[in-house]
Amino acid sequence: TYMPRPGDGAPRTVTLIPGDGIGPLVTGAVQQVMEAMHAPVDFESYDVHGDMTAVPPEVIDSIRRNKVCLKGGLATPVGGGVSSLNMQLRKELDLYASLVYCFNLPGLPTRHENVNIVVIRENTEGEYSGLEHEVVPGVVESLKVMTKFCSERIAKYAFEYAYLNNRKKVTAVHKANIMKLADGLFLESCREIATKYPGIKYNEIIVDNCCMQLVSKPEQFDVMVTPNLYGNLVANTAAGIAGGTGVMPGGNVGQDHAVFEQGASAGNVGNEKLVEQKKANPIALLLSSAMMLRHLRFPSFADRLETSVKRVIAEGRHMTKDLGGSSTTQEVVDAVVAQLH
Amino acid sequence: TAAFSTSQTNTIRATLFPGDGIGPEIAESVKQVFNAAEVPIEWEEHYVSNSVDPRTNSFLTWESLESVRRNGVGLKGPMATPIGKGHRSLNLTLRKELGLYANVRPCFSLPGYKTRYDDVDLVTIRENTEGEYSGLEHQVVRGVVESLKIITRQASLRVAEYAFHYAQTNGRKRVSAIHKANIMRKTDGLFLKCCREVAQKYPDITYEEVIIDNCCMMLVKNPALFDVLVMPNLYGDIISDLCAGLIGGLGLTPSCNIGEAGIALAEAVHGSAPDIAGKNLANPTALLLSSVAMLRHLKLDDKANRIHDAILKTIAEGNHRTVDLGGKSTTTEFTNEVCDNL
Ligand SMILES: Nc1ncnc2c1ncn2[C@@H]1O[C@H](COP(=O)(O)OP(=O)(O)OP(=O)(O)O)[C@@H](O)[C@H]1O
Ligand SMILES: Nc1ncnc2c1ncn2[C@@H]1O[C@H](COP(=O)(O)OP(=O)(O)OP(=O)(O)O)[C@@H](O)[C@H]1O
Ligand SMILES: [Mg+2]
Ligand SMILES: [Mg+2]
Repeated sequence: TYMPRPGDGAPRTVTLIPGDGIGPLVTGAVQQVMEAMHAPVDFESYDVHGDMTAVPPEVIDSIRRNKVCLKGGLATPVGGGVSSLNMQLRKELDLYASLVYCFNLPGLPTRHENVNIVVIRENTEGEYSGLEHEVVPGVVESLKVMTKFCSERIAKYAFEYAYLNNRKKVTAVHKANIMKLADGLFLESCREIATKYPGIKYNEIIVDNCCMQLVSKPEQFDVMVTPNLYGNLVANTAAGIAGGTGVMPGGNVGQDHAVFEQGASAGNVGNEKLVEQKKANPIALLLSSAMMLRHLRFPSFADRLETSVKRVIAEGRHMTKDLGGSSTTQEVVDAVVAQLH
Repeated sequence: TAAFSTSQTNTIRATLFPGDGIGPEIAESVKQVFNAAEVPIEWEEHYVSNSVDPRTNSFLTWESLESVRRNGVGLKGPMATPIGKGHRSLNLTLRKELGLYANVRPCFSLPGYKTRYDDVDLVTIRENTEGEYSGLEHQVVRGVVESLKIITRQASLRVAEYAFHYAQTNGRKRVSAIHKANIMRKTDGLFLKCCREVAQKYPDITYEEVIIDNCCMMLVKNPALFDVLVMPNLYGDIISDLCAGLIGGLGLTPSCNIGEAGIALAEAVHGSAPDIAGKNLANPTALLLSSVAMLRHLKLDDKANRIHDAILKTIAEGNHRTVDLGGKSTTTEFTNEVCDNL
């Protein structure tokens, strides 16, 4: 049983960003389920859209105050000089670790079984430095920046995560045979931290081999720690083999704040048809909000929500199109609510 | 030899690097199959030397490189770069000296060999000379390092040209450019711009752009969505290995490097497999399929098709598979069966 401190049952305020496209549909799903559970969570909702030039300061303030945020996707404008708001949020709040949990849900047939992978990705530097320039016409350079500071803190987070979640192995993904200094620095940091966790196995894998192994023997992976770009690819590959972005939860976390969102491809806002027909899959964000409840130290609410979602999947009668069904978002939500005990 | 002398004028000379480890065994297999199929190729065999040639600063000699340049076509087994300082890696030497700018990897499900994916039929084309593999890295201050990714218009246009040319000459319908231009707007942006320019010249071929993370997911969920994929160096490295994984691993995937002045150097993707070298256990499929790619490049399509079909038939029959595919056959037995199936 969970023995709370007195007052732990007081509702927590959480910043909510419904976002664009299917965002409001799936965040709406979470709100309904939270309400049905009488979960001690109050949402403070803000209108943010991908075409804004910046995340409004009151939204940042709200997250700073509440420490925790739940968000739908924000559309990334293609072309144009505007940087993605998803990235702005991560930078502004220094959410340096991104976590995607990729696992098989019983009842959901996929090409692979025994997938149970947590991808922990460095979120602030590497290939996403934004430092690019044209040297002479027709020749452009892009800088990948790796620091000891960021490599160390992500490695620490990965091992700490593994330790606290009883995970047995951490695999560092790299391309240090080519990027000897940059990825070398990353590996060096991982190795150092690994020595402090003798109970956790540590190994390393080159990113191209990693992707090949993921599609042939995914059961060999447990927790993976990666620089920015590789993490993006590894998480999407792992999500793909276990059932797709529509079901994988995740979030971003830093020293003081956490933002929960659909795990892989958080920038996803679906397509118009999905929005019009109201058929977005809410499973990923529901599972992310269970992670959020656990993060807020409401463990039994987290368990109830997760159990109910898993029952709905196992039953297989209320699935959205990406999972081979034809249900609407609302039908899935109703099924989840009906399964709450 | 009498039969050959009449067609002597049509004989094509090609360079063969059997390579290290299992290389000589699988190269032998190719030679045997080519003989049985009466392929009009005369091999110029070159081995990795055991001392560094000062002219190339590598264990590959100047004569070896000249042979490929002269013949314009070659087949290469795996090469293990000897450890030590003061010389270049063998693969790097080949790539730089021969200007091998594109790496082409056809990936298709082998009928009868069951993997989790049985609907793969795609080709990855990887830019092979720049990008993240520039080798330009430095430490700015202690604990801060920078690594440069270079994208040039020239190299991007060249690989895009090859991708569309390949699509057209191989009856492919669609080319997808794989990128991360939403984050690397300038570098990957330039790569995309070049692809678009080239696409204009090929109105019959559908052109699309796919962000690499989405590409990874689409590939593992439904690889049938793709046809020809063209991409910068690092993405090509990752995606081509991922695709190899879809069809059963490196023992099966061929590849061909395209270089300046039309050079084609086909090679198996896998390494020298020292653990099974000399034991007659290696699967020669990857190198055989690479040699098929080489024949296609030479427009010897009849021979290419015959050999290709014989390999597929042998694997599909199932009773002559090598150990890596769960069978019991030796390299020689497998090769004999391929010859019988020609
Ligand atoms: N929650 C969801 N419910 C239903 N479908 C989803 C959901 N999340 C993602 N998808 C769909 O899965 C596919 C791949 O997702 P991904 O996030 O990679 O797409 P994307 O990169 O945004 O591209 P696009 O949405 O333009 O196809 C998309 O077709 C997307 O619409
Ligand atoms: N053609 C093949 N047939 C059978 N098994 C193979 C083949 N190629 C590779 N393997 C197996 O796959 C594994 C990895 O092989 P690979 O050659 O890449 O090894 P490696 O040690 O990385 O060699 P290198 O140092 O030359 O890259 C080995 O266990 C090897 O036996
Ligand atoms: Mg590779
Ligand atoms: Mg190898």
